[in-house]
Amino acid sequence: MSAAAFDWTAFIEFSIVGLLSGGLLALIALGFVLIYKGTGVINFAMGEFMMLGAYSFYTSNVVWRLPTPVSLLLAVVSVAACAALIERSVLRPLAGQPVISVLMATIGLSSALHGGIAAVFGGASYEMPQIIPRKAVIIGDLLIPGMIIWNFVLSAIIIALFLLYFRYSKTGIAMRAVANDPITAYVVGIDVRKTQRLIWMFAGVVGAIAGIVVASMNTISPALGYVALSVLAVIILGGLDSIAGAIVAGLLIGVAESLTAGYLGGKVRDIIPYAIVLAILLVRPYGLFGTRQIERL
Amino acid sequence: MRIRDFKTSYENDEAIWQTPVARAWMAALVAGLLAFPFVAGGYLVNLACLLGIHIIATAGLNIMTGYTGLISLGHAAFMGVGCYTAAYLAHRGVPFYLTIPAAGVAAATIGIIVGIPSLRIKGLYLAIATLATQFLLVFVFQEWTSVTGGASGTIVPAARIGDFVFNTDLRMFYPIWICAAILLLGARNLFRTRVGRAFIAIRDKDISAQVLGINLLRYKLSSFAIATFYAGVAGALLAYYYRAMSPEYFTLQLSIFYLAAIIVGGLGSTLGSILGAVFMTLLPELLRGIVASIALWAPRSLEILSPLQQAVFGLIIIVFLIFEPHGMADIWRRIRRFFHLWPFRA
Amino acid sequence: MAITTSFGSECQNGASQAGTGRHNLLQVDNLDLGFGSIKVLSDVSLRADAGAITAVIGPNGAGKTSLFNAISGFYRPSAGKVTFDGEDISHTSADARAERGLARTFQNVALFRGMSVLDNIKLGGHVRLRSNPISAMWYFGSAQREEMKLRQEVERDIIEFLEIDHIRHQSISALSYGLQRRVELARALAMQPKLLMLDEPVAGMNREETEDMARFILDIQEERGIPVLLIEHDMGLVMDISSHVVVLNFGKVIGGGTPDEVRANPEVVRAYLGSANTEKNS
Repeated sequence: MSAAAFDWTAFIEFSIVGLLSGGLLALIALGFVLIYKGTGVINFAMGEFMMLGAYSFYTSNVVWRLPTPVSLLLAVVSVAACAALIERSVLRPLAGQPVISVLMATIGLSSALHGGIAAVFGGASYEMPQIIPRKAVIIGDLLIPGMIIWNFVLSAIIIALFLLYFRYSKTGIAMRAVANDPITAYVVGIDVRKTQRLIWMFAGVVGAIAGIVVASMNTISPALGYVALSVLAVIILGGLDSIAGAIVAGLLIGVAESLTAGYLGGKVRDIIPYAIVLAILLVRPYGLFGTRQIERL
Repeated sequence: MRIRDFKTSYENDEAIWQTPVARAWMAALVAGLLAFPFVAGGYLVNLACLLGIHIIATAGLNIMTGYTGLISLGHAAFMGVGCYTAAYLAHRGVPFYLTIPAAGVAAATIGIIVGIPSLRIKGLYLAIATLATQFLLVFVFQEWTSVTGGASGTIVPAARIGDFVFNTDLRMFYPIWICAAILLLGARNLFRTRVGRAFIAIRDKDISAQVLGINLLRYKLSSFAIATFYAGVAGALLAYYYRAMSPEYFTLQLSIFYLAAIIVGGLGSTLGSILGAVFMTLLPELLRGIVASIALWAPRSLEILSPLQQAVFGLIIIVFLIFEPHGMADIWRRIRRFFHLWPFRA
Repeated sequence: MAITTSFGSECQNGASQAGTGRHNLLQVDNLDLGFGSIKVLSDVSLRADAGAITAVIGPNGAGKTSLFNAISGFYRPSAGKVTFDGEDISHTSADARAERGLARTFQNVALFRGMSVLDNIKLGGHVRLRSNPISAMWYFGSAQREEMKLRQEVERDIIEFLEIDHIRHQSISALSYGLQRRVELARALAMQPKLLMLDEPVAGMNREETEDMARFILDIQEERGIPVLLIEHDMGLVMDISSHVVVLNFGKVIGGGTPDEVRANPEVVRAYLGSANTEKNS
């Protein structure tokens, strides 16, 4: 019989923190799912979009000393523009090639962007300006850092805005159509090319915001690029083509990471997403909400 | 110009080197390779040893990715498995001609374990699974200190046969290149048989391959196992060559390095593996040279070598995928075809 | 073509291979197939006999290719049974069915573009070979022997027969559509199958190519003893070479019998709006 009682407070605190952090993971996952649904590709360069956003913000806000809202806007717009440029110059020429080629292109892209940014800015970490309030919230025995709460709120707002846009606006509906069936969308008169470019730009925006937020939580350094890779666990768990899955899985993985960090330490926490990936592939490869592929002979 | 090129038997038609001229070139190449370390300077021999190791790893990756269409982002990690297996066994007195195959088998075993869940579904999932494996294995290399020496790394005793110790570049050149030759030949032979044809069928139209009697899971696993075997052997040779290893060597960047090699060289081509390995061995040297000369006026620019390499690897992947998707092997084929009829035009 | 003597021995082998003179080589019973709420096949039954050319016809979208896919093992029917050579293969995987002697060609030519014509054909022989990765990498010895044997068989029995010796080393993408279909047929023959399923073998071909293909199909059945099950829209071809015709419409069998019986069947005529009697319409 164990002498120490189970520390419920710690457990609940870890869980809540995890749940709230999961909001940010869900946001990044949304970027992945968008591109996958719209173009059938996993964008391995997502982490680099995050880096672009964070470093752009840093440059405008700290180096050029522009006011925060302007810097935010500049960062988001420049990443969206980069994403559109990438779609035009890298993805468009490869249209029609087998998926494996496009996949390798996004891998090459991530390497190129990562190296490029690290070459320009150097490998050191810099302090990011605090744009998110850090005041902690205390509920009974639980201490929830303010940053985590505001990150969750921000992510939730953006995801909600995005869902509304996707559902009700004309472009949003076009994006859903292209994501579902590009050929029929084309036949119906939707400009598939423009829509696919828009999808990439949206993913860029999402990545940029996520990147700025994550960077402001700690410091900004080239390691930021690897955060997105751990989000692959989220989309595998949720299902590659499911937005609902991305949200639910984001929260779940957030909790898993938080509990792991709390009980097993930071190093294990860093690789737990990858262990989860392998575990899910073993048990339920299409994830919680993903659709099983039926292929025509 | 190619003349009198007709085959009189199926054996001749199926051979790798079909004409006396081709066979003569190959013999000359072998002779050149045997003599090389005695003629070339230390730096070139060093580069050649690395090249041999890169060729093995690239050939393995090409079997899996180029021929079978399965993307691996964890090739470097599997090299690490081979490397540490060889080091572990070497410390316990196992001779190198046993540790090297054992390293390959160890890597292949892990490959099969990872492959079983992820090969049942689309190739995309394998890419993500191998990425996860890359990070997980590096974590194991760093944390399993009793076996791998952890983050500070491990020293590897030299390979030896009796009293002859392979402790110089020149001496290691031969085991490395003998392994490379054997494994390259093995890779080429695969595609003269039903196994290799099955791999290509899986890449091109895996549903149709099934209906022709090819068990997808079994063949995909075989392809993955062969590729990881090659990676393991390359890693083991690396251990004996550098004589010291640390987990920092086997990064995601290295996995992407080998992907670049097969794309630049030519997916699905043994010659492509060789050309790609050559290109990717020389490229970092070229970059180092450029940065070194820039550093003469701007000393701090030495710091950008590593990210610059990363950026260039990514760029050439993209450039080749868009402009020369079949790689340097195809460029070479086009040149040869031009000369087949020269001075007449096609 | 002075290869009839080798055909003789092929024919005898073929006949004895077709399951001890079994009559109904392929038996499909009450097959139901659906995707979600779409019913593709309802209660479909048919038979492909040894020594016969059976044709499956029907308007576009009738479910013919889906039927083939279900027989091949790629679609799992929700109800019904598929029996091949006396064995219930309803739960066997697609590759295992190929091992038992079921060969097919595809509606959209499914040749492997990364390989030459010869390699594509050799792929058909996959199930008859035995090399594994290790023996393959070593090559000298058993792998080389079986490769040479396969090469000789393919050259003697298939390449000459289908008149494709001039293109054997060419890459698939360089071939005309008609030649590609012929290579696909060659590949299926390399399996030395017990039943050959052809999905629209003459689609998109001109008159000359169609006549060539018809001749090949007849030779395959008559001289090699391999029964054929084919899907076709070209009514001229169907009526000329098949001994038994099954008509599908909206996933159901609406008629079956000899070509003459089917041609006279009012339901069939109605389904086709009178085109059953006309010549080939491309």
